[in-house]
Amino acid sequence: MKTVYLDNGATTKVDPEVVKAMSPYFIEKYGNASSTHHKGQEVKMAMEEARHVIAKSIGAKDNEIFFTSSGTESNNWALKELFFSNPDKKHIITTKIEHDCVLNSCKLLEKLGAKVTYLDVDEEGFVSLEELEKAITKDTLVVSIIHGNNEIGTIQDIKSIYEICKKNNVYFHTDACQSYTKTELSAKNADLITLNAHKIHGPKGVGALYIKKGVKIVPFMHGGGQERGLRSGTENIPGIVGFAKAVKLSMNQKHAKKMTELRDYFIEEVLEISDVILNGPKGDKRLCNNVNISFRYIEGESVGAYLDTKGICTSTGSACSSHTLEPSHVIMALENNPERAHGSLRMTLSRFTTKEELDFTLKELKKIVEKLRKISPLTKIMKRL
Amino acid sequence: MYSKKIINRFQKPKFAGEIKKADAVGEVGNVKCGDIMRVYLKIDGDKIKDIRFKTYGCVAAIASTDYLCEIVKGKTLDEALKITSKDVVKKMGKVPTIKLHCSVLAQNALKKAIKKYRKKRR
Repeated sequence: MKTVYLDNGATTKVDPEVVKAMSPYFIEKYGNASSTHHKGQEVKMAMEEARHVIAKSIGAKDNEIFFTSSGTESNNWALKELFFSNPDKKHIITTKIEHDCVLNSCKLLEKLGAKVTYLDVDEEGFVSLEELEKAITKDTLVVSIIHGNNEIGTIQDIKSIYEICKKNNVYFHTDACQSYTKTELSAKNADLITLNAHKIHGPKGVGALYIKKGVKIVPFMHGGGQERGLRSGTENIPGIVGFAKAVKLSMNQKHAKKMTELRDYFIEEVLEISDVILNGPKGDKRLCNNVNISFRYIEGESVGAYLDTKGICTSTGSACSSHTLEPSHVIMALENNPERAHGSLRMTLSRFTTKEELDFTLKELKKIVEKLRKISPLTKIMKRL
Repeated sequence: MYSKKIINRFQKPKFAGEIKKADAVGEVGNVKCGDIMRVYLKIDGDKIKDIRFKTYGCVAAIASTDYLCEIVKGKTLDEALKITSKDVVKKMGKVPTIKLHCSVLAQNALKKAIKKYRKKRR
């Protein structure tokens, strides 16, 4: 059975070119970047070159990029350590559609005395700039808003958000794990930006945090003082080298264009199925690789499990697939409709996705939805309404 | 996550469907919690002559309803009432822990149908 991988929002396959770039850093160039001898210095140079690639990709200075172990670590660092570094301000503003690592960091900070505002979003997942501005008080320390949403693909207007933050003297952090290299991202539009490698065909276990010069923040990881004292721990050199190679390969605008075309074709075709809802917006305010559809009367988990038997990998916002047994908080934020959240299926493309793979998926998807609807007790009830 | 056995049953349930002139119908669950099971019974004397179901839910919800149907078909109503979720889970084989709660619901739908049937007959 051939695999059709449509879960690139979860992770991506590592580009063979990236593996090639990484491979010398295991057996030949194995030094510790903190060592002063030649084995240490050769990897330090490679690391600094990689830092430069990533800095350049968002128009930052090299010394504003800090390598971490993941997007999750970068988000934890940004929120928790801004809070601990700035004890005079206790208010954090975020949204109801953030990744769990942001929401759960906020929940911890609430226990430690923070006041957190979770902004609503409109039916397409956009934050209201007016509501954001209204929520800012004299006590507000930071606004943290995800750039491209991981579930529904909504891309926020971070340029305008940052203008509001700057005007009010509030830090702005954005989680750009999903949007990085897929849409324009500039260090000009945020004080802190979370990046990672494994969503862009780089290796797992490496991320970065962009911290604008002047931001008052303390380390999250304490130790030997790596990363200019702000992130201790021996640097993951193969990972960092692979990260930079992945960025170089992904920045090609051709990839985004190809994914956008395939995404729009796929969305149009799926919307041909009766009683479906597209979650998130259409057009250029949507991540170029994201498709998220709710199928009425049935559960996304069942659809996903069925597709899996055909070799097709997807993911769902249905409660049944989560550890908490709660349906997707992102889709519930669009509309308080559990059936829509339970019935959602996310299909995320990559630059390696082909039209043939999407056509195969469409064919199977149509059959599966019909089959599951036939055995659903909701089908008739709802259709009567 | 799921065993092959459960996936196969989910894909090819033996008892999915409805009974047009059912002697009793029982339904449990709601859209909010993400599971709805409806069981249709054809009863002959005190025996379950036929049973069908419709389920809205995950793989475990659909497969467990089907296994329950298989267990109780041909049994008397009293025997069917004694079937527990443990019996269903045993029949299903390895069920992911997080999915155990879905496998209890089908019995409740069956019990509801039998109770309704007995009340009607009284």
